[in-house]
Amino acid sequence: MTDNILVLLDSTPDGQLSKSVPGLLGAATGLGNPIALIVGAGEHADALSAAAAAAGATKVLLADGDNTIYSTPTVDALQAAAALVQPAAVLAAHSDQSKEVVARFAVRTGAAVNYDAIDVTRDAKGIIASHSAYGGAFVVTSAVTFAAPVITVRQGVVEARGTAQPVVAEKLAVTPSGRKSAAIESIDVADAPTSLRPELRGATKVVSGGRGLGTAEKFVLVEQLADALGAAVGASRAAVDAGFVPQTFQVGQTGVQVSPQLYVALGISGAIQHKAGMQTAKTIIAINKDETAPIFEIADFGVVGDVFTVVPQLIAALEASGK
Amino acid sequence: MRIVVLVKEAPDTYGERFLDLETGLADRNKSDRVLDEIVERALEYAISYAEKHEGTEVVALSMATEDATASVRKALAMGADRAVLISDGALVGADVTLTAEVLAAALTHIGYDLVIAGDQSTDGAGGVVPAALSELLDIPQITKLTTIELDDKAVSGTRVIDRVTLKLRAELPAIVSVTERFPDARFPNFKGIMAAKKKPFEVLSVADLGADIDVLAKPRAIMTEISAKPPRAAGVKIVDEGDAGNQLAEFLKKNQLV
Amino acid sequence: MSESQVSPEDFVEILGGLREFIREAVIPLEREIAEKDEIPQSLRKQAMDLGLFGYAIDQEWGGIGLDVVQQAELGIELGYTSLAFRSMFGTNNGIAGQVIAGFGTETQKQQWLEGIASGDIVASFALTETGAGSNPGSMRTKAVKTADGWSISGEKRYITNAPIADVFMAFAKVTDETGKAKVEVFIVPSNLPGVTVGPHDKKMGQAGAWTADVHFDEVKVTDDALVGGQPGIGYKAAMTSLAKGRITIAALAVGQAQRVLDESLAYAAIAKQGDELIGNFQLVQAMLADMQVGVSAGRALVLDTARKYQSGEDTRIAPSVAKLYCTEMVGKVADLGVQVHGGAGYIREYPVEQIYRDVRLLRLYEGTSEIQQLIIGSNLMKQKLAEN
Repeated sequence: MTDNILVLLDSTPDGQLSKSVPGLLGAATGLGNPIALIVGAGEHADALSAAAAAAGATKVLLADGDNTIYSTPTVDALQAAAALVQPAAVLAAHSDQSKEVVARFAVRTGAAVNYDAIDVTRDAKGIIASHSAYGGAFVVTSAVTFAAPVITVRQGVVEARGTAQPVVAEKLAVTPSGRKSAAIESIDVADAPTSLRPELRGATKVVSGGRGLGTAEKFVLVEQLADALGAAVGASRAAVDAGFVPQTFQVGQTGVQVSPQLYVALGISGAIQHKAGMQTAKTIIAINKDETAPIFEIADFGVVGDVFTVVPQLIAALEASGK
Repeated sequence: MRIVVLVKEAPDTYGERFLDLETGLADRNKSDRVLDEIVERALEYAISYAEKHEGTEVVALSMATEDATASVRKALAMGADRAVLISDGALVGADVTLTAEVLAAALTHIGYDLVIAGDQSTDGAGGVVPAALSELLDIPQITKLTTIELDDKAVSGTRVIDRVTLKLRAELPAIVSVTERFPDARFPNFKGIMAAKKKPFEVLSVADLGADIDVLAKPRAIMTEISAKPPRAAGVKIVDEGDAGNQLAEFLKKNQLV
Repeated sequence: MSESQVSPEDFVEILGGLREFIREAVIPLEREIAEKDEIPQSLRKQAMDLGLFGYAIDQEWGGIGLDVVQQAELGIELGYTSLAFRSMFGTNNGIAGQVIAGFGTETQKQQWLEGIASGDIVASFALTETGAGSNPGSMRTKAVKTADGWSISGEKRYITNAPIADVFMAFAKVTDETGKAKVEVFIVPSNLPGVTVGPHDKKMGQAGAWTADVHFDEVKVTDDALVGGQPGIGYKAAMTSLAKGRITIAALAVGQAQRVLDESLAYAAIAKQGDELIGNFQLVQAMLADMQVGVSAGRALVLDTARKYQSGEDTRIAPSVAKLYCTEMVGKVADLGVQVHGGAGYIREYPVEQIYRDVRLLRLYEGTSEIQQLIIGSNLMKQKLAEN
């Protein structure tokens, strides 16, 4: 009999499976028999079960949620599910929702955690996870010394997909653990305010705009791409001088110096002053009309083209692939 | 009220960061070590709360090798009242659950009303230790906060994840983690730097904590292999022929940048 | 000379903390300071919190209590960024603060020093006049004895921090019954009737550091405004404070020169002519070498001078030697820095352009280069003749 792999699925507030689910079930399919756990599906139970089966879950366990208690009901459900299916591994997205749940599950049940895997495979000795460390400069593989591992998987990196299965959904009985928990006083679902963008200094991703954006109004394009990537917004000195954004956005020798994993330069020529503030970025992408712009000398991927056609297409492509 | 801030040092993201290819551990000799920036924000909150509320003690707690002393002392220079460093050869390369077990024992040893951590460190980037601690200590967790309100009895705050904003509230004792939306930390002032040397700084081993922690009794995550990524390949430059945006998206996906 | 109140170990960390602060909090604001001709209030607040307004003032008064050698090392670090930043708290630690700390009565210290050390009070040093540079000898501002104090009248020029000063250390000539004139120093709060400060000067460089004319029109002060509480202390106060201030100026010059070198080296390692880095050209390397020699020599000289001043071995000639050499050196280094940058060095965006203008002042204030030559030369002769 194939090993069971228990997969905790994230769902969105409006009743859809998270974009991370297909990759997660794909990874689980490579390891064994994927059994999904969905907590708090409520009225969306049928649709979510169907979607999980379509993505490869051979069975879907449905547990009740509780909108007044933070995190603990999901941990309790995961514990009940694991007791039921005796999995060879527990997989979850390395999402803000799930990674904490599985960490609590792991310490509660005495399991070990491999977190933020970019790939999950099996070798002769068992299940191993690969990780990318320090902004991609190093690749590390890890395993657990014994027992079933708990693995969180970075969202959107697994390309494997499961095969569609018939829908087998089952209600999961959960005994509340009674662990002390925070109370949820309110839940608001809305567009994330733009002010929640990461800060420029220390940001892991940065999208910067230059004079090529033309006007302060058009600079919004930089912000749109930044939001699509979860990146901070920066600017060249020229853009600051032109009044598109305040001085605090300036990247460069006399502004903020950044060293992100990803730096996207839009309409920035790449004066030395600017390069001095960003050239230690791990990956540099440049889009500029001027094919002789010095920024291309240090770009890993350069596009000679109009930011106003290339960037909207990029944003659309990112949205289509679910980030 | 006693606030314990979990502090850790990390390689300075400002420069190159290295892993030792033999051990898979951070290479201290090659990277500058600093107090992790998010930790500084957590400290800033605790210290400014203490400045406004008499009778508040701020303790900096770290688990690291003794090399981390200078970084932990920065917490004292910023204004923490005392520091505890858990340093033990048996903990080198500790995984998340072992780290949480040791920190939980240390927290029990110190005593606390509120534990504050950064939401995730820049090097480990796991962001799961606070949750693990809440389970081990059986205290409520409120993590990844963008705002926080604290009084003698309870802590509440806002957690914003994607499009969902949660207002959370927990009775003390509790553990919270803060995000980079919290204000920048102060620079340690000259008097603080001088005072830091006179503040209590305890270095404890696992045995000193009096806790029963057996590294080998439970399953642990271990590194099995490590390699440095090959140096950056020569850049690609394309001229947009109508699909450059899509090609870019592919490039980002292929390089795991989205 | 007072001993340091800060241990060498603590000082290493203070210096490290200051370096981090300058790199992370001040350098990113350099252009804003220059363009707005103003230090942002938030930065001023941070400098106050750090303890920068009172690093040279004793801990007894809320300062840090660095000795002269430590002050010189701190000065080199402060010189790494816009000189306007240092200027903001320069007068509190420098001549103005030192006059009260070194020569004031206990009452004067109690009234002023804590505020000066914390930065709540900005103290300014009002010495220079038209026709009487930083040379108290030919001063025209007068203090006349009244029944219960003094009446001060005169005009001061190019007074650093005058527009924001809460109190002036005003130098004025007092003529006694025999007709003999002596220079005295008076503590003059800027809100007294008769004190007016002109608009701030438009300068060649150091934007953000404000200087202005100060007019004293029969300003009435009480007897206890006289520094030291009795006549005869003022001139010595001025001379002593000026000599120590010269070490600071020399240290700032070394810091600026180091910055120019770092900026030029960074530029030479990134800018290309054709396919070649300009730093690979030997003529550029020669300029970098000359800059490094100047920086190294200047640093050694400043620290040696500070040690000799600290021990009392040489408080007169050495500070002038250091100021003369280091300020001339940074002028040459800044010129070379602009040259290494080529056309870019003439553009506002590059720090060397600003430094080229900013450091010009260092050769002028607190005694021009020529005054330093006179001090050095005349004192050498005086020493020789005394030996004979």
